[in-house]
Amino acid sequence: MSVPWLDWLPLLGEGTLITIKIALLSIAVALCLSALAGLGSTSPIIIIRIASRTYIELFRACSLLVLLFWVYFALPFVGVELSKLWAGVLAIGLNIGAYGAEIVRSAIFAVPKGQYEASLALNLTPTERTWKIIIPQAVARMIPPMSNLLIELLKSTSLVYFITLSDLTYEAMIIRNNYYSYTPYIFALLLGIYFVLSSSISITMRILERKFTAWR
Amino acid sequence: MSEPTAETKSVMTLPREEVVSPLTGEPIVQYQGVTKTFGDLEVIKGIDLALYPGEKMALIGPSGSGKTTLGRMLMTLEEPTTGTILIDGEPLWQMKTSSGKLVRANEKHLRRMRQKIGMVFQHFNLFPHLSVLRNVTLAPMSVLGLSKEEAYQRAVEMLTKVGLQDKLGEYPSRLSGGQKQRVAIARALVMQPKVMVFDEVTSALDPELVGEVLEVIKEIAIDSDMAMMLITHEMDFARDIADRVIFGAEGRIVEQGSPEAIFEQPESERLQSFLKRFR
Repeated sequence: MSVPWLDWLPLLGEGTLITIKIALLSIAVALCLSALAGLGSTSPIIIIRIASRTYIELFRACSLLVLLFWVYFALPFVGVELSKLWAGVLAIGLNIGAYGAEIVRSAIFAVPKGQYEASLALNLTPTERTWKIIIPQAVARMIPPMSNLLIELLKSTSLVYFITLSDLTYEAMIIRNNYYSYTPYIFALLLGIYFVLSSSISITMRILERKFTAWR
Repeated sequence: MSEPTAETKSVMTLPREEVVSPLTGEPIVQYQGVTKTFGDLEVIKGIDLALYPGEKMALIGPSGSGKTTLGRMLMTLEEPTTGTILIDGEPLWQMKTSSGKLVRANEKHLRRMRQKIGMVFQHFNLFPHLSVLRNVTLAPMSVLGLSKEEAYQRAVEMLTKVGLQDKLGEYPSRLSGGQKQRVAIARALVMQPKVMVFDEVTSALDPELVGEVLEVIKEIAIDSDMAMMLITHEMDFARDIADRVIFGAEGRIVEQGSPEAIFEQPESERLQSFLKRFR
């Protein structure tokens, strides 16, 4: 029996594009939130610190699926109606961003204290100390754990299946309805595509890491 | 400030006023009744000390004597618990409000005062993500507002002085400990401070690398009219370049005087037994 790969391509192609779109948008949201809340939780201003910690603790503790349901099914009750795509992006971004913020915070704290002291002794302004000395070194430390997190993010995009957004997983399920006997092939292909997508994330991050740690 | 206790008086063999510095003029740095407490631990127990323009002062003493804390308070890395530090007669950690009241210094005041102080650290603290050249030009460009060309010129001049003019493009990770410390010295010198704190700058170095760093400092000491505060465990070095040696123990100054007096005729028992360990 020959496997009808070609028949599946159009649907899987569309699904892949949607998955890439959700992933990229969620990555953008998650990285912004990571940076804001991560830096915020090292802020000397207590209000900013409390706000950052609250966000991190709240959204890290949320089940992503429940958060997704909440954003998509519950928010309309308070008058906020988001498309499936944006509901997915918002839920994933909020959840992963909270994890990312902890990576940012710990990377900042991992920069040796002597770096801060030397930049103070040279009389750099507090802003210069942070952005010219601490952050560049912290970024180098963030990349490997951030790479993990972004792969995690990519894989969690499949949860949008449950709000019937036609992503890669959703399309695979549709195909499975029509080609039931090929189920093992369909899911093998599905896993293969996720593998390729996550490889592209890890390769990108590897290149970034090399670039940001040339000094090591 | 509380009155000095009987014990304090007995260990301070020479009150500040009686020490004649080899240099004259108004002191550039004055510690007045300075104490520092970390939690329950009183590290500095009341120090009065003056440093004169151009003076090379060595601080010696057992570890835990508070030498490093004295230097760090001058560099504004630690705030004194009580007492005052004056730089050019102006309080370092306090500032005058428009109504003339002394209040805790803000960052703006500290930055203005800090301009006069430089520091070289035990663990170098070079910026690992920046090249040797960038380590040295960063502050002149950001803080002093020099152009790239001016900063480059000054940096190369300083790096030549410490013998590293051929390492401009290297990252610190590619340098030996001695070379790192020499870059750190150039980085501090390029800001042209009036007072430089050298905080145990050879303590983290392999023994065979100590010499090259001390040599560089010695040359600077001879060449420049910058005041120096040398916190050190290198007795020969202290004897060679210091105008005055301060021996401290347990947060107090026990004895001070010329290198000859301190090393040849130590008066206090503390100092005598301390020096024995270096013979």
